[in-house]
Formats: sequence, C-alpha cells, structure tokens
Amino acid sequence: MGDITEVRFHSRGGQGGATAAKILGMAAFFDGKYSTSLAVYGAERRGAAIISGTRISDTEVKRYSNLRSPDYIVIIDPVLVEIADVTAGASENTIFLINNRGECPPALEDYRLYAVDVTSISLDLGLTVAGTPVLNTPMLGALAKLGLVKQTSLKRAIKKIYSDPRNIKAAEIAYERVVRVQNLQYTLAASEELEEEAYEELEAEGAI
Amino acid sequence: MMTTQTELEKDRGLFVTGCEAAARAVLVAKPSVIAAYPITPQTEIVEKLSRFIGEERHDCQYIAVESEHSALAACIGASSCGARTFTATSSHGLLYMAEMVHWAAIGRLPIVMANANRALGSGWNIWADHLDSLSMRDSGWLQFYTSTVQEVYDTILIAFRAAENEDVMLPAMVCLDGFLLTHINQPLHLIDEKRYQEEFLDEIRIPHALNFDAPHTLGTLVVPTDNYKIQHNRKVSMDLVKDVIKDAEAEFLRLFGREYHPVMEYRTDNAEVLIVAMGTLAKEAEDAIDMLRFRGVKAGLLQLRQFRPFPDEIVDIISGSKAEKVVIIDRDYSGGCGGIIAQEIKARLYDAGVMREIVNVIAGLGGQDITAEDITKMVEIEGGEFWWGI
Repeated sequence: MGDITEVRFHSRGGQGGATAAKILGMAAFFDGKYSTSLAVYGAERRGAAIISGTRISDTEVKRYSNLRSPDYIVIIDPVLVEIADVTAGASENTIFLINNRGECPPALEDYRLYAVDVTSISLDLGLTVAGTPVLNTPMLGALAKLGLVKQTSLKRAIKKIYSDPRNIKAAEIAYERVVRVQNLQYTLAASEELEEEAYEELEAEGAI
Repeated sequence: MMTTQTELEKDRGLFVTGCEAAARAVLVAKPSVIAAYPITPQTEIVEKLSRFIGEERHDCQYIAVESEHSALAACIGASSCGARTFTATSSHGLLYMAEMVHWAAIGRLPIVMANANRALGSGWNIWADHLDSLSMRDSGWLQFYTSTVQEVYDTILIAFRAAENEDVMLPAMVCLDGFLLTHINQPLHLIDEKRYQEEFLDEIRIPHALNFDAPHTLGTLVVPTDNYKIQHNRKVSMDLVKDVIKDAEAEFLRLFGREYHPVMEYRTDNAEVLIVAMGTLAKEAEDAIDMLRFRGVKAGLLQLRQFRPFPDEIVDIISGSKAEKVVIIDRDYSGGCGGIIAQEIKARLYDAGVMREIVNVIAGLGGQDITAEDITKMVEIEGGEFWWGI
C-alpha cells in the first residue's frame, strides 16, 4: 500500500476530461510509475459536468473507489466552480489548477491556486474541434510544470492519443504560461514560484 | 522514433481500459467467429474488436447481430461447426440471451464470453453488480471474476484453453466489473502471441462438430432415458475441469510469468480473520488488509477468481487457517437468501464439518462506492447478514 497522488479533473462532456485523466496516467506510466485513470460515470453527454481522475504511485494502485482527498484539482471549465462541488475533499495542501482569464473565482481564494488561460492558447493556435477550443492537452502541459509528470512523458502520451501536433505545442505554451494566483491576483510565473519553493526547502534543510 | 516507441511498448506494455484488454486477448486467441451486440458498459469491447478486425488484424468473421439472443445463437451455430467463437455482453443483454446461455453449455460448445458485470433493472442502473452473471451460475458455464485490467487479459487467454480441452467442452464466461474495470485505464503487459498460439492453445477440435464426412444431427429430441445421462456427463466434465484450469494456470505461469489460482490468497499467514471477495472489491480489499495489519489486526484475504466450478480449496484454506471469523463480501443479493458467495461457502463448510463465524456483508450493489477504509470496518461486524450503508 504505497503513497498515492490523486488528481481530479472537472470538465464538461466533450471537453476531454476523461481523456486528460488517461493521458496523465499514461505519462506517469511512461515515467516508470504505476497509475490508473478513471471517469466517474453517470449518464455522460455533451455539456454535463464530468469528474475524472488519475492515481499515481510508485507501487501498484489497488483502489477502484472514488477519489476522496485529491492532491491536485484541475478545473478545465471555470464555469464549473459555480455549479459543481470542485472543492470536495480538498485540504490546504491541495493544489488547484484552473483554466482562467481575468479574475479568479473567489471560492478558490483560500487554496493554493495556479491558473493558465488555455482557451486563448488553443484559439491562437487554431486548435479547435467543431469550433470549440481544445482545453485538455494544454491543461496537462500546465500540470507537468507543477511537477506531476515529466514533460517528455506527457508529450509522448499526448502523441499516442492525438495526431494533431498542435496539441503538443499547446501543452508546451501552457507549461510556460502557468502562473501562481494569490489573493485572486496573478503573481509569479509558476516556474519562479516553484524555484522559490525549492530554494526555501533547501534553506530549511540547511543546504544553503 | 516509431520503432523506439514500439520497443518500449513491448517492454513496458500499454495503458488501456479493461474493455480494450479483453478485446486484445480475444485477438491473440484468434477466434474465427465473433458475434456481439453492444451494451453499456461492455460496448468498448465490441467496438475495439470490430475496429481491430476491420483494420485487417485478424482473419475473423465479425457478425453484427440484432440482439444478444442472436449473438449467442450465432456463436452456437458457428461453434457447432467447429469454430472458435467469442461474444461479450452485460446485464440485461446476458439475461436476454439466457435461453441460449443454457443451450450452449448443455450442447457442450466451448464458446468464450466476456460479461461486464452490471446491475439489473427495473430502475436503470448501469454500474457494477454481480447478480447478472451469478444468476447464470447454474447454466453450466465456467465462470471467472477478474480484479485488474491485466487479469482480464490473462484470464480470457486461459479461458479459451480450459473451455476447449477435449474432456471439458464447456463454455466459459470471464467477468469484469462494469465501469470499475471496463472503463479504468491501467498498465497492460501483452504476451508473446506466437508463443501463445504455438505452445499454449492448441487448434480447436470439437469432436461433435457438424461434419460433412460424418453427417449427424445436433440438438434433437432427447428422451427421459437419455437426458439424465447427458446431464451427468456434464457433471463429470465440470469436476474434471477443475484440474484442467489449474493446469492451464500453471502453464500460463511457466510461459508468461504471471501466477493465477482459483482462489488467490493475500497475507493469509497467521490470519485471525479472513475476508472473501470477488472482482475489483478483492483488489481494493488488499489495501484494506495492509491497513488492518498495520494496525495490528491479523487479517487475510481470499480473492475468489473462479466461481464455476466452485473451487474446493476454499474450504481447505478456511479449515486450515486459525481464523475464527470469515467475512464474505457479496456484490449480489439472492432474494430472501443472503449473498450468493456466502451461501456457497457455508454449504461447503457444512459438508466438511467446519464451523466458523460467518459475516455476510452485502456491499457494492449497483455501483455503491466501497473504499478500502470501508472494508477495514467490515471485520468488526458480528455474524450474520449485514447490508453496507443501510
């Protein structure tokens, strides 16, 4: 029974939330880890609120039950903050990643929050399906930045599922653009934030 | 670049759903006829099969039938002509083909079927529940219940060999929990197909198959002076297949390196309480056992992988164990009679003169979410029938 990292995705039917969970699990698998990914199935249809999830561990993941206390919560469609229970099971350690432009939702003010505007990234690249921007692959690029999986593994997994190379490009752009949000304001690029954190950790360990 | 990826896949396997694992196993066994009708949550199995076959991966006749009854009827027809056949269904689909389910077993046709375990209506429920296939337990099919994507794949490969053994000639059903296993993605390690086809599974030979050189009829009138003999023949094969399955599992381990038994034991050493579970609940229960052991509770798990024929060794394991208490989790309920697994085990313990405190927990019906933490609490329940969540 190993330590399991749980990731929960909130999306709407047609936005690729279940596929995002699969790609993330596959990327973790390519990293040499054990992973499973699932979607919480109801009567799925386009537009309905969907929950999907990935479990990642160094040892076999034996759980089939619903995710209870996610370490990461990824909100692919920001509208869902209003209509779905996106903070269910979240703790102060939970990391939120939201697709966002403009002001971040106040409901997430107290959480560790990262944001990236993947809608614009995909629109700029012309990465659309039936006129709708593709959101899942760039969101995964941002997740890779937060250290969940290696970027190379992620790109390989995306390539397995999607043939359009712009999915990779979108993930790369999102990787660079994801930012930390504090007091509902964008503060630092995630990379600076993560570097700062790593520095603090080293300092705490007395290495610096 | 492509070569590298393929090589890596060979080493490390794929990351796929239980449905895809089932379809890939079927392609390795190379049936010449597949007839199936899609039903949630089995649909992806037939989608994948028809796509793989359409992409010329396999010399196979795929028959898109108009119903489940016809799906199995088509397999019965093909199997009666000596063909290796496969079908897949779930829940109401299985019950709709019920007449043919019995017919296939009594006709001694080694058809292999995947069943995505799903609850029955009224009140539509598409989630995991074992009552659909357990309600077919008396039909004479071999029945296996799987707990991981890998196990789905491996068990289908083993099932073809057990079913087609010349002394067996019985159909086999491989069950996987709806959504929990059909739709989850997990790592899957593929086997060496050539080795399977050359060393594990012989060419199919059905002795009673229709044959122009020795014309005969199947399924005609069987009078009372003969019918019971035919049924007894089936009993003899059902008894015999127990060793055939164990032999196939041993051979699978030798050739492909993965170990299976009709009853899989997990940390049963010095166990003071045993949990019995089937399907994905058994895998989740392994985490529960680890948690209990960590807390100082000596608990062990028996995963029931094979339900028909019912494995005798479960009685030996229970009677040989120090455990005074056995917690049997049933993802099914037989009206007015408790859980079906508990009934089976209690009957066998009585025959063997073994007395234990039996706790029968009815849990996970219709997709009820059962966690490892929940399972740890089940060992505290006192004897009798207990409905989780009520």
